Amino acid sequence: MSAVTEHAEQDEHAGHHAHGGEEPHVPKDSYFIKVALWLALLTALETSTYWIHLGGFATPALLIMMTIKFFMIVMIFMHLKFDNKLFSLMFYIGLGLAIFVYCVALSTFQFFAR
Amino acid sequence: MADIAVHEAVTSHDDHGAAGHGSITGISNNKLAMWLFLGSECLLFGGLISTYMLYRGRHGSGVGPAQLFDIPLTSVSSFVLLMSSLTMVMAVNSAKRKDDRNTNLWLTVTALLGSLFVGAQVYEFTSFYHEGVGFTTSLFSSSFFTLTGFHGVHVSIGVIMLLAMVAIISRNKVAGDKAEVVEMIGLYWHFVDVVWVVIFTLVYLIPA
Repeated sequence: MSAVTEHAEQDEHAGHHAHGGEEPHVPKDSYFIKVALWLALLTALETSTYWIHLGGFATPALLIMMTIKFFMIVMIFMHLKFDNKLFSLMFYIGLGLAIFVYCVALSTFQFFAR
Repeated sequence: MADIAVHEAVTSHDDHGAAGHGSITGISNNKLAMWLFLGSECLLFGGLISTYMLYRGRHGSGVGPAQLFDIPLTSVSSFVLLMSSLTMVMAVNSAKRKDDRNTNLWLTVTALLGSLFVGAQVYEFTSFYHEGVGFTTSLFSSSFFTLTGFHGVHVSIGVIMLLAMVAIISRNKVAGDKAEVVEMIGLYWHFVDVVWVVIFTLVYLIPA
């Protein structure tokens, strides 16, 4: 019986490390609710630019809000902030390549358009 | 009894080995593969967004983005998808607490919110078609339908994955670490949400 108890303790211990060497510290639900409220606020601000005309300021403001929302979701909801750095590397390589492809495609077409 | 304990210990060790302890890096191979997949998905959507940005002005004298988009509707559906990310986080946290009842509840709510988003997209596509904008009408419409359609398919696949997970958890037939499996579906779901954050701003809100 003690062997079973000991195994259960080992199992519990192993479970805590199942996500990758070190178990990341993950915040409580209330923290995620606060983040979601901030995201909702940012979305409301983004949408308001459709009715409130900001002129030339609109596009940079929208891009900044989009970037903040993007990284809030990736870092907090997807746990990249709390998780192993190798996961971040895998994702950011893909993201960096995507931005590179986007820039190359746009500049190439702009070049040939001239 | 000792034999049973040893056997269970061996099988348990194998399970956890798959989740990280047995890998060279010391981290879960499954999770690493999921992040690699999401990195490659960035390239797919990067290409589609680039194509749309290039062609969004190519609609000739036909209907363009300014006349076509229903921003209030899209804002509501964006909000719905954003909130589904919150419910997904709640599901992942419940799974980590080994609380199957709440895990299933939050997964179901996430699937419902995702379905609502897909429904809004189907409504949007139908109304565009009735206004005379089909897939082959112009370069703008082709690139728009391809980009948002691909995203819609990703959301639909996510909904199927969520519902399948609910069924698997209900029957207690999860292979390996349950929390990790839920977390993987969560990663995919958040990625779909994050792509929409970019699409909503670049396609709908920034004027052509």
